[in-house]
Amino acid sequence: MNKSVLLGALAATVGTAGIAYAQGSTTLAAVQERGSLNCGVTTGVPGFAEPDGDGVWQGFDVAVCRAVAAAVLGDPTAVTFVPTTGKTRFTALASGEIDMLARNTTWTFSRDTDLKFDFVGVNYYDGQGFMVPADLGVSSATELDGATVCIQTGTTTELNLADYFRVNGMSYEPVPIETGAEAVQQYLAGACDVYTTDRSALAAQRAGFETPGDHVILPEVVSKEPLGPLVRHGDSEWGDIVRWTLNALISAEELGVTQSNVEEMAAAPGDNPEINRMLGTEGELGAMVGLSADAFKNAIAAVGNYGEVFDQNIGESTAIGLARGLNAQYYDGGLIYSPPFR
Amino acid sequence: MSDAPAHSVAFVRKTEIPAKAPPVAETGVLKWIKENLFSGPFNTIMTILGLLVIYYLLSGLIPWIVNGTWEGADIRECREILQGSGGGCFAVISDRWPQLLFGFQYPDYLRWRPTLAFLLLFLAVPPALFVMFLPRWTLIATAIYPFVAYWLIWGGTILAPLMSAVALIGGYMVFKTVEKGGFVKGLAAGIVSAFLILWIGGFISTAGANVLALEPVESRAMGGFMLNMILGTVCVSLSIPLGILLALGRQSKLPIVKGFCVVFIEFIRGVPLITLLFVANVVLAYFLPPQANFDLIIRVIIMITMFSAAYIAEVIRGGLAALPKGQYEAADSLGLDYPQAMRLIILPQALKISIPGIVNVAVGLFKDTTLVSVISMFDLVGMIRGPILSSTDWVGVYWELWAAACILFFIVCYGISQYSQWLERQLRTDHR
Amino acid sequence: MTTAADPPSAEGFRLGQLINDTRYRSYTFQAIALLALIFGFSWLAYNASQNEQLQANGFSYDFLFAPAGYDINQQPIPYTSQDTHLRATVIGAINTIIVAFLACVTATIFGVIAGVLRLSNNWIISKLMAIYVEMFRNIPVLIWIIIIFTVAANTFPPISEFRIPRDGSDPERTLLFGMFAATNQGVFVPRLVFEGLGWLVAVTFLASIAGVFGWRAHARNKLYSEGTVVPVLWPSLAILFVPTIVVYFVLGMPVSLESPEMGRFRFEGGFLLRPSLIALWFALSIYTGAFIAENVRAGILAISKGQTEAAAALGLRPGRIMSLVVLPQALRVIIPPLISQYLNITKNTSLAIAVGYMDLTGTLGGITLNQTGRALECILLLMLFYLTFSLAISAIMNVYNNSVKLKER
Repeated sequence: MNKSVLLGALAATVGTAGIAYAQGSTTLAAVQERGSLNCGVTTGVPGFAEPDGDGVWQGFDVAVCRAVAAAVLGDPTAVTFVPTTGKTRFTALASGEIDMLARNTTWTFSRDTDLKFDFVGVNYYDGQGFMVPADLGVSSATELDGATVCIQTGTTTELNLADYFRVNGMSYEPVPIETGAEAVQQYLAGACDVYTTDRSALAAQRAGFETPGDHVILPEVVSKEPLGPLVRHGDSEWGDIVRWTLNALISAEELGVTQSNVEEMAAAPGDNPEINRMLGTEGELGAMVGLSADAFKNAIAAVGNYGEVFDQNIGESTAIGLARGLNAQYYDGGLIYSPPFR
Repeated sequence: MSDAPAHSVAFVRKTEIPAKAPPVAETGVLKWIKENLFSGPFNTIMTILGLLVIYYLLSGLIPWIVNGTWEGADIRECREILQGSGGGCFAVISDRWPQLLFGFQYPDYLRWRPTLAFLLLFLAVPPALFVMFLPRWTLIATAIYPFVAYWLIWGGTILAPLMSAVALIGGYMVFKTVEKGGFVKGLAAGIVSAFLILWIGGFISTAGANVLALEPVESRAMGGFMLNMILGTVCVSLSIPLGILLALGRQSKLPIVKGFCVVFIEFIRGVPLITLLFVANVVLAYFLPPQANFDLIIRVIIMITMFSAAYIAEVIRGGLAALPKGQYEAADSLGLDYPQAMRLIILPQALKISIPGIVNVAVGLFKDTTLVSVISMFDLVGMIRGPILSSTDWVGVYWELWAAACILFFIVCYGISQYSQWLERQLRTDHR
Repeated sequence: MTTAADPPSAEGFRLGQLINDTRYRSYTFQAIALLALIFGFSWLAYNASQNEQLQANGFSYDFLFAPAGYDINQQPIPYTSQDTHLRATVIGAINTIIVAFLACVTATIFGVIAGVLRLSNNWIISKLMAIYVEMFRNIPVLIWIIIIFTVAANTFPPISEFRIPRDGSDPERTLLFGMFAATNQGVFVPRLVFEGLGWLVAVTFLASIAGVFGWRAHARNKLYSEGTVVPVLWPSLAILFVPTIVVYFVLGMPVSLESPEMGRFRFEGGFLLRPSLIALWFALSIYTGAFIAENVRAGILAISKGQTEAAAALGLRPGRIMSLVVLPQALRVIIPPLISQYLNITKNTSLAIAVGYMDLTGTLGGITLNQTGRALECILLLMLFYLTFSLAISAIMNVYNNSVKLKER
């Protein structure tokens, strides 16, 4: 009998441990009740989302999670990061395991409509590219007929690749790999001639190679990959919060609000009414989305403006070294553009 | 006939000649070698082939181990130290050892807690494993262990596990009291009262959230070999009672109960564990209450427990089938009802002969816990495949890491399977 | 409810009888079990109905008929990215069967060899086999698969060494016998090409194999019924090869061997054994082989020593004792666990996902699931496929088991 007592005890403890009920019907209420934001990220893409040596998540997508947590809860560390794979990310979001997904996810028609998600914006404009060893002597993707190509599965990448080679009448040997890290291992071992994924990830991963100079990223961009955070369809209030937090980061760069001067600017109303409205010194914008007046100020104070987030995580001064390119502000010829805070 | 005639003839030897040493080739090492290694042409060829294989393996392994280095902060420093000597870069293991054991999210200043829980395992498990040699009261250590281990690994107030324990003891006592009026009534009363105490205990532990509280650690912070150990022990322990119930259900004469058990067991045994893990990962969340925040680790524990319960049920069914029919009839003739017959006569014998089989299932299950790496959990294999091999510091250090993983798993699995073989010898009642 | 329908007994029905009376008790329990089941399932269904996302998406298999859009490397049947998800699923299923079949065959070979050798008198060999068995049994198969995959990518010569350098000089390595090349992108082997009536040659060869079995049966009958010894070896070889060769030349050599030829990046033509297939196949066979070795050893040890001694007393040589006396009897002990090992192999092929082999888990449970997002449908179908495989294998093997089982009369 002792044994069954023991086992029952185990069952009960695990049961009590695991079930934590979060009350509330809307996502916002649930997050506030829980006191932390469940944010889905990748299992590790350098520069975008990656745990550092101390296990703290860092990166470009991670910053969006932290900004939302700061806006909603006033605490950028109140985030529970849930690593997801290409397979699990959508169900994790759909089932309510995570409140938002900030994971290099391409905004496509079917994901927005058929899968019933809402993309709240674009935080990185990307495109799929190819990386080859320099000594392969290839200078254009059109010369890749018959090559062996490593692909990370579970992304739009493999569909774009199939389309590109079919349209150009070329054949290839696909080598599907579950994670980016393993795809890189295979590529470096020479088990495939070409590695294809989003160009930002190519640059990020190449930065980690022993001799980055031995590898070239081909000039062709074979797809549009607008990457952005997404939330469940049907909870527009929560969608608005995530959307406008992202927009606040973008507007902050445009308006010259930075991590260092935001406290000062928010202390008293300034000359620019839009800054005042965004930072909560004028108007009731925070209350309109169910947050405190200084919600967006907290977000900017937590991670900095869009440009700062970019430069700290993936910009030219980092190992990853991406240029702003399409991701410059609209007045610099890029596509980053926030609707006004009014 | 006289042994020593007085007029002994000179050439008749009186004493026995001392035995001559056998020929060199028929004695000692040489004989052994001749008989065991070179007894025929085929055997000789096999021996030479075997020696070649051993030479080949050792000539690769020994320089790798002997020339290897444990110094260096990353792969580049390591390569510099090695200078192409062909040694292994074991620095990755010394650098990432805590991550291999605990994952990358368990707070490093709290690592003593799972370590302590692991050490306590050696106090708690022997009473259950060597139940025939140790006094029965030592089983108390086994009974207390799950609560202590939970408290140590997950932290939080001690009241939560304490209340679970109280609920179980309370339920058991109620069961004992009411049981005289019938097993079923006793069971029902026991379960109800256990849940009642658990419910009240929930309030108490919420109210006293700071009583003897350790810093709480979230389930998703578990990782590394610790995750394999947790999944293995928890799921095996939970699946044994479930497996017993399923086995009894499958033997039962009640068609609905039997049908359900058969379908459940055959379904689970017919699909790969990985599909069940996919269910845990991507589907199960749809079927659980939307507000209940079941962690991935809990969902995985649910699915792996169901998986191993089906296999254990089949092992126990084998044990039940192996009992002579006379045992069932004897129980009936004593006037025992079904629960009594099962508890007092059938199960003790059936479980005894199923133990080696259960241990084999447990070893298999423990190895299968590595599959959680496929669903983005960072167990030992997940840590190696993901964060460690993808970090720029250690990209390309496969062999050392996989060797470490192999050694860890080998020690545990080989240990358990040796125990199972020993137990099999102990339980063998025939004399061969 | 069943209980309510039961007429009360003549003495008057009391509620307590539902539990205390053995006549009614089983009904009570069944009713409780049924209620619990219904309650459990409706709880699950209720939760699912509460999930807005699931409700909005509905439950439908229509996506199976939409174009898949992705490419598959190993195609046992023709496939392009414009074909449907269903066809991709079927290809995955065939790939699963291919690797499961190959692994079952080689695992049995490894297992029987290791099991027999572990009982050998040769100390070195038996210890080596013991090390093999313990090593592979006690380390997870997933680790073996990944290790072998890593070995294949890192220790085979890189394919670039086979390429013709751009300056036109000779490549560093060339094909073995002009036909084989083991590279880190896979092992290239020649392929049989059938032209025109070429298939007739293949049919003839298959018929010849059947003929050999027929001849052996005939020889055995002769031996048992008349006591005459009919030669087996040479006629068998003749039956095996002569008709095939004759047909081959009569039809004008319609079957040829296509060797791989170096293209711009890799070998064109021939047949490619991909690293993912090699890793999965080899890892599963060597891992399961260790378990089968233990079954074989147990089976042989289960044969009473008297059998061996009796055979030896008849003057049989050790090899013949093993093949004529011990193994046929041991087979009865070995086959039931062997069936479950075959089932394990089939289920373990799903680990293909770790190395990117495009089996059922890779297509239906992998890319199709990712692309369509229809997790519930895909995983249900996936389980159904594996369940069918498992049930089919156990059915076939049980038929075989019954045919070799000791017939008690």
